[in-house]
Amino acid sequence: MKKIFYILTIFLFKFNIAYSLIEVDITRGNLDPLPIAVSPLHVDSQSDNYQDVKTKELGELISSVVEKNFRSTGLFNPLNKDAFVQKPDIAHLKPRFEDWSLITAQALVTGKLLIKDEKLKIEFRLWDVAANKEMIALAFTTTPSNWRRVAHIISDKIYERLTGETGYFDTRIIYVSETGPRTQRVKKLAIMDQDGENTKYLTLGNELVLTPRFNPTNQLVTYLSYFRNKPRVYLLDIETGIQEVVGNFPGMTFAPRFSPDGKKIIMSFAKNGNSDIYTMDLESRLVEKITEDSSIDTSPSYSPDGKYITFNSDRSGLQQIYIMKSDGSGVKRISFGDGLYGTPVWSPRGDLIAFTKVRGGKFYIGVMRSDGSGERLLTENFYQEAPSWSPNGRLLVFYRETKAGKEGEGFTAKLWSIDITGYNERELKTGTDASDPSWSSLLSK
Amino acid sequence: MIFNKNIKNLLIILVSTLALSACAAGKKSASGSNDVYTGNATVKYLASGVKDRVFFATNRSALTTASRDTLRKQAGWMRKNKNLNVVLEGHGDERGTREYNLALAEKRANAARDYLLTYGISGKRISVISYGKEKPVNSASTPLAWSQNRRSVTVKTK
Repeated sequence: MKKIFYILTIFLFKFNIAYSLIEVDITRGNLDPLPIAVSPLHVDSQSDNYQDVKTKELGELISSVVEKNFRSTGLFNPLNKDAFVQKPDIAHLKPRFEDWSLITAQALVTGKLLIKDEKLKIEFRLWDVAANKEMIALAFTTTPSNWRRVAHIISDKIYERLTGETGYFDTRIIYVSETGPRTQRVKKLAIMDQDGENTKYLTLGNELVLTPRFNPTNQLVTYLSYFRNKPRVYLLDIETGIQEVVGNFPGMTFAPRFSPDGKKIIMSFAKNGNSDIYTMDLESRLVEKITEDSSIDTSPSYSPDGKYITFNSDRSGLQQIYIMKSDGSGVKRISFGDGLYGTPVWSPRGDLIAFTKVRGGKFYIGVMRSDGSGERLLTENFYQEAPSWSPNGRLLVFYRETKAGKEGEGFTAKLWSIDITGYNERELKTGTDASDPSWSSLLSK
Repeated sequence: MIFNKNIKNLLIILVSTLALSACAAGKKSASGSNDVYTGNATVKYLASGVKDRVFFATNRSALTTASRDTLRKQAGWMRKNKNLNVVLEGHGDERGTREYNLALAEKRANAARDYLLTYGISGKRISVISYGKEKPVNSASTPLAWSQNRRSVTVKTK
């Protein structure tokens, strides 16, 4: 992916760091989303007609992807294009701010595209309507087939400029696609863009696969496969499709994740009824046992600096969350609330741990600080689990299952996301039922 | 001699029963210690009178008296049929997180395996696989379905 996508030029026409009037506070939720006008990209008259998608349509498609991204945040309110007075080409050169402020727009995005010799050049600008100012102007050159990624990168730049946070639109989500009745479920690894587009299947469904997770560069995935009816942790290269089993364990390995530097895989190994946590160095193949306890130790996740590990253990009797140093020393329980706690996963910012909580027959997705304080439950449902962080640490994606009837009817498994503010809970549309989502890091850093 | 052997077996059973009940007492908890399925609706038979599965309480892997009875009969059946091997398939219900269920179901199948071993069945004849909550026998979202799904099933592998 990276190879075919290249940014030839990023012109910073003018990066206005001066204080501007628009500011989106993303820590308070989405009570008052910012009205933003996304003018369709206008087509430069020197453009060739691009073979697959008509050039003019491409301008509209890109702006609609940007718009959809903004709407999905709950922080922005993209305005209806019917109300736009100024033509896209003129607005891009010099917006008539009075017109835009009349339709309540506080921010305006304009752009232009040019297709020449199989290259797509896109320029866009973000304007502060109230301050009558340009906030960013950037240009990208790529192959026309990469238009979606450009739309996501533009979205990220605008999001970053307006919120002060890193964006998360130029990312993908890997998950398990599910079809068929519950007693004979067919599961495949699937990957899609963060907005649900470009779904591709990575396995055929011949064997059960679970819990895929990206490495830090998003080229490798570690997951559990029942290949030849032996549940083992595998490694998959997304580009080449090559799969290999991780280590040579005489029993089930499961719950894998990469270390933050991508050099190790941390996972559980179950033997004679006891599950402990192990790491394997992918280069030296050296295996290390991290926990030594007769209880179930699983769902390990590293802190972003790699110094600590959070995990799940029932050593106290029931599932609780623990942290320890990455060598296994200094084990400390951090969950003490009412109920069971599972699937701890460390935020990429390092401050929070997301988890699944089971209490009174309900399932919750929540966050707590890494010392166990400040527990906040974000969402309650019949069944939901397995949170995974957006790369900027602002959102969680997880899966939710509905209650099944007598013959399993009415059962669905879907991906959902929620802001850590507890606002903006949304379903991520997938072609099939879906579970075990894992969010990639930003594709272009 | 035969008498001696019987006493020895009895002792092993006593000791293991004690160990299991001690373990169960240690792990006793607020949630679900009495929700073990006791019916036969999903049970199949390995031979006449030999049930193929045992059931567990929520979040637990301890064997019940009924489970031990079933496994005792399975051991007798395996002793009579020296050429056959089995795989014990451990399962959980949909009310737990996926990864924990994988571990718990492995623990359940191993609890059954350990009990078969106390009857002198060779460990080489018994393999174990955990399916976590991935292969329910009952698709419904009811306490009855969950109790039927928390199981270890003994399957003949030949």
